[in-house]
Amino acid sequence: MFLALPCITALIYREESGWYFAAVMVVCLLVGLIAKKFFRPKSTVIFAKEGLVAVALCWVVASAVGALPFTLSREIPSYVDALFEMISGFTTTGSSILTDVEAMSHCARFWRSFAHWLGGMGILVFVMAIMPLGGSYSMYLMKAESPGPAVGKLVPKARHTAMLLYQIYIFLTIVQIVLLLLAGMPMFDTLTITFGTAGTGGFAILNSSCADYTTLQQAIITVFMILFGINFNVYFLIYAKKIKQGLRCEEMRVYLGVIAAAIILITINTRGMFQSLFQTVHHAAFQVASIITTTGYATTNFDLWPEFSKMILVLLMFIGACAGSTGGGIKVSRCIVLVKSIRNELFYALHPRSVHNIELEGHKVDKSMLLAIDRFFFVYILIFAFSVLIVSLDNFDFMTNFTAVATTLNNVGPGLSLVGPTGNFHMFSDLSKFVMMFDMLAGRLEVIPMLVLFSPFMWKK
Amino acid sequence: MQIIIVGCGNVGGTLAEQLSREDHNITVIDTKAERIRDITERCDVMGITGNGAVRSVQMEAGIEEADLLIAVTDSDELNLLCCLIAKKAGRTCQTIARVRNPHYSKEAAFLKDELGLAMVINPELAAAYEIARLLKYPKAIKVETFAKGRAELLKFRVTNGNPLVGCQLKDIPAKLHCDVLICTVERGEDVAIPDGNFTILDGDLISVVSTSKNLQQFFRKMGMASARVKNSMIIGGGSTSYYLAKQLLANGIQVKIVERDKDRCRSLCDLLPEATIILGDGTDRSLLTEEGIENTQSFITMTNIDEENIMLSLYAKMVSHAKLVTKVHRISYNELIGPLDLGSVIYPKYITAENIIRYVRALSNSMGSNVETLYKLIEDKAEALEFYIRGDSPVVGVPLQDLNLKSNILIAAINHNGSIITPGGQSRIYRGDTVIVITTRTGLHDIRDILQ
Repeated sequence: MFLALPCITALIYREESGWYFAAVMVVCLLVGLIAKKFFRPKSTVIFAKEGLVAVALCWVVASAVGALPFTLSREIPSYVDALFEMISGFTTTGSSILTDVEAMSHCARFWRSFAHWLGGMGILVFVMAIMPLGGSYSMYLMKAESPGPAVGKLVPKARHTAMLLYQIYIFLTIVQIVLLLLAGMPMFDTLTITFGTAGTGGFAILNSSCADYTTLQQAIITVFMILFGINFNVYFLIYAKKIKQGLRCEEMRVYLGVIAAAIILITINTRGMFQSLFQTVHHAAFQVASIITTTGYATTNFDLWPEFSKMILVLLMFIGACAGSTGGGIKVSRCIVLVKSIRNELFYALHPRSVHNIELEGHKVDKSMLLAIDRFFFVYILIFAFSVLIVSLDNFDFMTNFTAVATTLNNVGPGLSLVGPTGNFHMFSDLSKFVMMFDMLAGRLEVIPMLVLFSPFMWKK
Repeated sequence: MQIIIVGCGNVGGTLAEQLSREDHNITVIDTKAERIRDITERCDVMGITGNGAVRSVQMEAGIEEADLLIAVTDSDELNLLCCLIAKKAGRTCQTIARVRNPHYSKEAAFLKDELGLAMVINPELAAAYEIARLLKYPKAIKVETFAKGRAELLKFRVTNGNPLVGCQLKDIPAKLHCDVLICTVERGEDVAIPDGNFTILDGDLISVVSTSKNLQQFFRKMGMASARVKNSMIIGGGSTSYYLAKQLLANGIQVKIVERDKDRCRSLCDLLPEATIILGDGTDRSLLTEEGIENTQSFITMTNIDEENIMLSLYAKMVSHAKLVTKVHRISYNELIGPLDLGSVIYPKYITAENIIRYVRALSNSMGSNVETLYKLIEDKAEALEFYIRGDSPVVGVPLQDLNLKSNILIAAINHNGSIITPGGQSRIYRGDTVIVITTRTGLHDIRDILQ
């Protein structure tokens, strides 16, 4: 449990200014040091159970502490709101309860965006990369925190894997910062927008999200959103000079295919809404990239788009980005496996004696993994349904409830109707906010760790 | 080092666990996905499911950057093939193969030279060597050699009536006039590296280091006769028994093998004409009595069933004064066997793994570390290492009492120009010496690591 403390301190270290941030940081450091001194854990071995719980708790605690400065500085008076904002930050959701973002201080806005960056790759993976975590069980931590159905290592040591992932992550981040600066964006905007893109978060620093930036800047953001949604294994393979093998990645191909198809469909559907065809394609591309990678930036109010386009966006929310990227959602690879298993099922109905394997990336997907994916999907839908049910107590229209839960569970950011790109989440009751906070964490941590935290098996001796 | 291990059974698993803890980068290949999942959850290693002799699988495991490939699957042929392919696919990859079949392993030298293997290990043969060494000192439970055989490390149990009982360590040299050093004491679960004020109690297991001559003298002074055994009885006629019998016969020790299977008895007869082969059930008491279990000087249980071996040894302990050697496969019995006092217990998979780890350490030696030999004294709790001292080492020329050693480290012997010195506070280490260090820490790579 006290794993959480040093990582929080590490996080808050990076904060620029603001007395409240400094105060919280100092307190955290102290608590961390005290905890380190007095609560020497009896055994530092991390098994599956400890790994899951450590991750889930770490995220909850990190958010709880990260939210303190907002309340203390009275920028967000209600602590529940601040917590919502912070969880939204760490889980790279980007849903906000703020009606006026521009009224916030710079450091608060910076902290929000920076939370995206950290949450994108994972708080504990970050800790693993910089600190030698003793014990050979660190893989459990990584498994619990990384998005995707199967977590493999890139290199034999877990720590080196974490370091490599962060190297790739930092490299891409820097490239984006440089490009945006070259495109003439102010420094503060560049940093925050880049952090939001890299973590596929979606907190913007302007009320209009990304609508006020130039077309070139928006285009750069589009490209990088897509890049951060690709499985990082691909980058590793390219880095290891196995470019061919990297480009052959089935998941990436499907992912890019879905993006292309969605852009084309939306362009056709929304033609006439913008001045030129180019503008239409541009906005469609930006929005599709933003939603499928679960970033959640907006260049235009897509709530005004035709129903067909809106439905496509909602579907994209659920598909989400590739496994092993910073994005949320169900993940492309799971969708591929699900679609393939449906096809098998049909084939099986016609030829009851047929034997078929499902393959992904040229490897056979074994039974247990298949079951895990099916169950994941089922639990996902179940959580979704229950959340919608609870949120509907607030008596908003169906579209609002449905997309609000979809957008938080999939870590996207904006939904439709009242929670659309121009709206926000402030009007929900505290109960709904808590439900959505749970959804965000569940979505980011791939459901299981959060459920385990609340399951009775966990706490039984 | 980048190490690839093909085959993840008992030996492979032990190797992966141990080597990854020593900070090597380990990739494990096995055909069974289950085993891979298990090992990757247990240790910080990368796992790949597939046939290790397939080039593309080896490529996936990073054979191009690998320094060493260890093939320890069940099949000799597959192991050799893995090594051959690794030689071609890798750039500078050394290879180790486990080869069981006596027909192949008889030609180990040829395999090593012509196929370019760095090491060929036969687990049964390695275990047989170990047992043969044990029979040299019947009172010792474990025997290891250092400095090319000049120094030996013996482990034995102190029993009531031994002059050491109740002695503080600093008084021992005066009492016995003997130049030996007590390096570890095991009491129940605890392992200690004792200092001068440590008092030895009845039932402690102690390890001593010195030359062969000093040790013989030491044993005599303690009133423990330590002549070699003259005959031995082996229960079970597997391949380890065959290798062992062959070696014992060569040393002039009479061998009697009890084996249940008729065909195996016949072939043992052919292979070992000088040995007495008994066809019968080794667990049959009257048979054992008939064959003289009461008078045998050593009794070695080599059946394939751990429980049977343990029971047999217990029985032999009751009816005879023989030196007991018990073969046990499952390491998890360790805690149970300890208090039973079964004499020497042999874990074949540990011996194999230990041999390979010793080689890996020596290999990383050429890459900057200076470990010549390594022995695990008490499972994972204590190690004995032999370091080669290079000229630039900070320990050179300084009296030992002035060295700022880490805790739980003992310099047990210095090999200076071929003579073994039992060090005192005034002794110094010189360039070109080898030094034997006993420690309860793991992962020492250089003599520098012993300093604060």
